[in-house]
Amino acid sequence: MIRPIATTREMTGMPTGRLAVWWLIASEIVIFGGVLGSYLMHRIGHKEWAAASAHTNTWAGAFNTLVLLTSSLSAVLAHNAALRKDGKRAAKLLWFTILGGGIFLVVKSIEWTGEIKAGYTITANNFWSFYYTAAGLHGLHVIAGMIVMMFVAADAAKGKELQRVENAGLYWHFVDLVWIFLFPLLYIAK
Amino acid sequence: MSDTAHAPASTDAAHGHDAHAHPDSFYIRIWGILLVMLVVSVAGPELAHRIVSNETVAFVIVLFTAFGIAIVKAYMVVKNFMHIGVEKKYVGYILITMLVLMALMIGGVGPDVLRHEGHRWVNQAAKDYKLPGDTGHHGDAYGEPHGDAKH
Amino acid sequence: MSSAAAHAEHDHAHDHAHHAHHDEGFIKKYLWSTDHKMIAMQYLFTGMAMALIGGFTVYAFRMQLAFPGMSVPGYGRVTATDYNALVTTHGSVMIFWVAMPVLIAALGNYLIPLMIGCDDMVFPRLNRLSYQLFLLSSIVLIASFYVPGGAFGGAWTSYPPLSAKAEYSLTGLGSSLWLFAVALEFAAFLLGGINFITTVMNSRAPGMKMFDVPIVVWMIIIASILFMASVGPLIAGAVMLLFDQQLGTGFFDPAKGGDPVLWQHLFWFFGHPEVYVVLLPAMGIVAEIITVFSRKKLFAYKTVLYTAIGTGVLSFFVWAHHQFIAGIDPRMANVFSVTTLLISIPVAEMVFVYIGTLYGGSIRLTTPMLWALAFIAEFLLGGVTGIFLGASGADIYFHDTYFVIAHFHYTFFPIAFIGSFAAITYWFPKMFGKMMNETWGKVHFWGTIIPFNAIFIPLFLLGARGDHRRIYDYRHFPDLMKSGMQDLRVFATLALLVLLAFQVVFLVNLFYSIFRGEKASANPWNANTLEWQAPSPPPHGNFPQGLPNVYRGPYEYSHPDRQDDYWPQTEPDAAKS
Repeated sequence: MIRPIATTREMTGMPTGRLAVWWLIASEIVIFGGVLGSYLMHRIGHKEWAAASAHTNTWAGAFNTLVLLTSSLSAVLAHNAALRKDGKRAAKLLWFTILGGGIFLVVKSIEWTGEIKAGYTITANNFWSFYYTAAGLHGLHVIAGMIVMMFVAADAAKGKELQRVENAGLYWHFVDLVWIFLFPLLYIAK
Repeated sequence: MSDTAHAPASTDAAHGHDAHAHPDSFYIRIWGILLVMLVVSVAGPELAHRIVSNETVAFVIVLFTAFGIAIVKAYMVVKNFMHIGVEKKYVGYILITMLVLMALMIGGVGPDVLRHEGHRWVNQAAKDYKLPGDTGHHGDAYGEPHGDAKH
Repeated sequence: MSSAAAHAEHDHAHDHAHHAHHDEGFIKKYLWSTDHKMIAMQYLFTGMAMALIGGFTVYAFRMQLAFPGMSVPGYGRVTATDYNALVTTHGSVMIFWVAMPVLIAALGNYLIPLMIGCDDMVFPRLNRLSYQLFLLSSIVLIASFYVPGGAFGGAWTSYPPLSAKAEYSLTGLGSSLWLFAVALEFAAFLLGGINFITTVMNSRAPGMKMFDVPIVVWMIIIASILFMASVGPLIAGAVMLLFDQQLGTGFFDPAKGGDPVLWQHLFWFFGHPEVYVVLLPAMGIVAEIITVFSRKKLFAYKTVLYTAIGTGVLSFFVWAHHQFIAGIDPRMANVFSVTTLLISIPVAEMVFVYIGTLYGGSIRLTTPMLWALAFIAEFLLGGVTGIFLGASGADIYFHDTYFVIAHFHYTFFPIAFIGSFAAITYWFPKMFGKMMNETWGKVHFWGTIIPFNAIFIPLFLLGARGDHRRIYDYRHFPDLMKSGMQDLRVFATLALLVLLAFQVVFLVNLFYSIFRGEKASANPWNANTLEWQAPSPPPHGNFPQGLPNVYRGPYEYSHPDRQDDYWPQTEPDAAKS
């Protein structure tokens, strides 16, 4: 497919890809807002949930926060490299970011396995239902981000489509932001 | 609004958007600050009940350290990593509008879901609800220990 | 139903072999196309095919209501479970698989690049993916008709616990497939919306400032933004409902600490803006048509734009008027009552502007113009009946009666059908390079409008007299079988049969004209907007003479400085002929 002229126009002064990612992020804010808002209302209304949330593994959650923050760092460093037209370095840093996502998912799997074995399944009670749903939805977005970044990194290593490094990074930062709020909401026992 | 370029968008330099480009060390410093805040946000709730006996004060400490810091961290990521400051202004407006809509939703739905009684109604089922596996002994105050101090 | 094969056939028909495409094979050209016009046709024909399903379902359940217990020709006996599935399917299909794909996806895809003067959408492959997701959603929905238990029967609003528990809805598998189909459809429109918004923001022709953009394009963009901003919580809710259905979680189950009213709120937080998502494009279509066929500029472009935006904003503040008697906090009911009554103001303002546009114009009563005028009249009736429902006190009586059904059909039918017919008859020459037959167009018009009113005016009366909706057999309610009420139901149903019969006229006209219609010029209506500067139909790349520049707004009709009563946007000022 030949790229249409439409894609290259910039009446707003902002490249099309970046404009689109901002709109994507906007739509994701309301999706996660819906999940987290529902959770928040239930949580505040059901004070007894604190007993259930006491069983979440705060250290795993904190470690995962660290992992995602670090992967956000490598994403923005990748952007910096792309600005300097250093595609190879950008690709390397993107792979580092993807690795961060992978570690995040591994830690989560271990965490969840433990919790499920202890009987805290998705149907144990409503706190756990929200826990798995919210974190699961977030996890799906992590996976999607990782896949996209793989494609972007492959192109960047060849010096192609370097502007996509920033766009993929923006999406990744958003995924990090959701986790920044998920962590206290789900893990900090009250 | 003029048509700026037909050139492919890969040359970001043409747009002046990258006049802000910081050296790598800047971002590493931001990351360091974020880590410190992470530590505080975990330590706060852990220690709050141990150092302060007043329940309300403990709750406020938890609120500030867990959620207050989350907001600050989010702001730092949005400003420094996502460069919202040098982005077109309306991008920020769009994102804030979405957040406002979420607040609106919670505001409109809250009275029904959040509370279990109101002016002339009582949600008895919600009040009677007991957490499965709960021994039945639980108070209403925030932060009241439930017998499991270990996370 | 192989809609893929069906539309491929139709597309083959209209895509004349005489175009210089870069040599594309059949698959690439029809099934795997990234050209916005082809994708638009795919949405259009899929939407029309789904309309047949929507029409068939209403035929079956109205026959049951008019002649209860009797076997419906072409369907058989309608059992209670059947009835629930039929009404659910009718509502869901008409909103999600007819109105949205035709008004937003098909028209947006077709018109936007042409009207803003570029060669395609900014993300053609994403566009193709959006259609494929949409097609998949239609297939999943149709599949749900054939699984054990049959199609979902919990109403298009899918309230738990009816929708959450298979032992209540009796359609366990169908309910999850329905949810999955709706979720896929949402994903398709989210992606499509991002494509549209980015295209209009960035790819306008040189010289096309914000206020030079045709109103229909603005409306589709505002609708896309509204959709994007409102659908999130429902996506969250749909995931939660799916888990309730399949995993046994209790998000909406009070016995497990959940709250069924939460679903209602999540649904309607989306559901109300959704009606404006479909309304605005329809109003945009009407704006384009009435300016062309009264040879007059839009009475107040900026007013229409700002009131549309205002309507969109306000639409987020009214959702709980669907829940007045659901047990919500009564103080919220007061708030939502006020906001609901307020929202009628901007919409009325738009109607006033349209009337102002028509006033003193040189009216040409072509078929598209008839549809546009009918839209204004019928929608107005629908809108004013909404005022009754917006007042929470009155709604205590009217809620869930046929009064509500008549109200929303007086709004939805103009939106989904009158709007679509207006659009199709108006842009047919551009899309297919042929003219539709005017006489049969007018026959179809009157054969639709008169029966339409004959169906729904009785329903207002029935509702006011106490007919509850979603009732399978009124013989169970002796009070509702008195004083001629059953006669009204029969009358409405017979009118429906007439309405359905006349749609054959449209289909024959449509397909006959595609193959054998009179050849159309590039600009048969002498209109200003950019799509009429492209050939009919436009080739791949849209403007073989080069992408246009724009010199003025879209509604410069009967300009005093001109001899011609129209002034295309692409003509430079110097050319005065």
